[in-house]
Amino acid sequence: MAQNKLNIKAEAKNLNFFYADGTKALKDVSLPVYENKITALIGPSGCGKSTFLRCFNRMHDLYPGNRYEGQILLHPDNTNVLAKGVDPIEVRMRISMVFQKPNPFPKSIYENVAYGLRVRGERSKSAVDDKVEEALKGASLWNEVKDRLQDLAFNLSGGQQQRLCIARALATDPEIMLFDEPTSALDPIATVNIEELMSGLKSKLSILVVTHNMQQAARISDYTAYMYLGEMIEFDATDKIFTNPSKKETEDYITGKFG
Amino acid sequence: MATTQLLKDLPVSKRLAKNIKRNFIERVIEIILMLSALTAVFITVGIVYILVTEASGFFSDVSVFEFLTSRQWSPLFEDAHYGILPLISGTLTTSFIALGIAVPIGTVAAIYLSEFASHKARETVKPVLELLVGVPTVVFGYFALLFVTPILQKMIPSLPTFNMLGAGIVMGIMIIPYIASVAEDAMRAVPMQMREGSYAMGATKFQTAIRVVTPAATSGIIAAYILGISRAVGETMVVAIAAGQQPTFTFNPLEGAATITAYIVQVAMGDLPHGSIGYQSIFAAGMVLFVLTFLFNIIGHLARKRFAERY
Repeated sequence: MAQNKLNIKAEAKNLNFFYADGTKALKDVSLPVYENKITALIGPSGCGKSTFLRCFNRMHDLYPGNRYEGQILLHPDNTNVLAKGVDPIEVRMRISMVFQKPNPFPKSIYENVAYGLRVRGERSKSAVDDKVEEALKGASLWNEVKDRLQDLAFNLSGGQQQRLCIARALATDPEIMLFDEPTSALDPIATVNIEELMSGLKSKLSILVVTHNMQQAARISDYTAYMYLGEMIEFDATDKIFTNPSKKETEDYITGKFG
Repeated sequence: MATTQLLKDLPVSKRLAKNIKRNFIERVIEIILMLSALTAVFITVGIVYILVTEASGFFSDVSVFEFLTSRQWSPLFEDAHYGILPLISGTLTTSFIALGIAVPIGTVAAIYLSEFASHKARETVKPVLELLVGVPTVVFGYFALLFVTPILQKMIPSLPTFNMLGAGIVMGIMIIPYIASVAEDAMRAVPMQMREGSYAMGATKFQTAIRVVTPAATSGIIAAYILGISRAVGETMVVAIAAGQQPTFTFNPLEGAATITAYIVQVAMGDLPHGSIGYQSIFAAGMVLFVLTFLFNIIGHLARKRFAERY
């Protein structure tokens, strides 16, 4: 809260989402994503928090029949990324994502991190070298892998693989990073590493993170949104949500009476 | 130690005693299952046994050196020569042409079906492709001889009626569905989350297919190629009908030549006396075929192990 001026980086407005089978998974959801802050999405399984997260980089476009209604405005463009004229690939170039299970590609450590640059057509060897090193340092992985960059990424431990996926996402200088339960497949030590990493990253970008773990939300986030059955129940500063929520449902979930 | 002995001496209660009938039935079932599994092994051993015994009769008359180095194969002539090289050159040339057609087209078809085709398109194209598998190979043979070769002869007037090019091309067409189908299964087995990782980085469908899915499915794709090679090397009817029956040591696809399989068919259809050198020669040729396929399978196995999936 040290910064006095809050900028909105992205903003969901009255977002509805329908899966191909007609299920309405998000109901009129609105949420601001503040610049250089971590916003956590919490709520019981099936509440739509992952579905919501995946709207921001248009991941639902990969499966035919899914449908968005409403807006997610991306700033400074002030453009609705869900609009028909928007190219989802351009959106993903600026909003990157880290998944629940580490999903490195069947390539070397180096090529995993370089992937986004290669996809963007970067040809200069030295530019790629620099970016890979910078991203691996940014993901606190450089010291562990600098002597074996040509090793297959699958040889890394689960926690290292997840940090590699973060490095991969960082290498292209995204403006927003989406984390979909990034530590749920990791052990406690790897989890702490990732959490520290995320806290360090927010000086460079804005973060939206889905988590099952309320303590994690309390530890790392600046803002927290509680979702239930596809609706946004409450959004506020994290300390407010965890000490003095204004909605009864939020309090019940936070205190463990439910969920 | 003392306690175990003490426990051993305790009588076993009837309710906990071993059920002899149940154990017996289990054992019988296990043996039946094992015998079924061993059938394939017995048959393979039997085939190898016959190949080796009959071929050893052949090699008591013909030196292995001549067999492997002579460039003439004419076991049924007055002036008999027993060099397997012409048959090997025919087999390799036709197989090479076939794979040159089937590997690229099959791989591209697999990438399309797995990564690009809509559900509806896949459900239409795949059955049609697999229909090709059901066409009898003799039909493909005449397709090569009466349809493909005349077209080729328009382009290359000097092309003889029996030639390895036409036979190889048609054999390749025949193998496409095998490679496409097995390679597509391997690509579809790549977990969706790996594709999502690529798309999330801003990759296009094509970039994802080429840079992520194909390397992830390498081991399965190699298996598809090995299956294709085995089919090509062992294919009989197409080459027997369209490539000619004249054993010629040549790698020129514009000539006709006999393959190992074509020679075996040719001799087997004739009326050679059992035990004659001509009769035994088909087992020697068969053994070479067996060794060739076996070698390709081993190479394929090693390659698959090298690229085994680890996601």
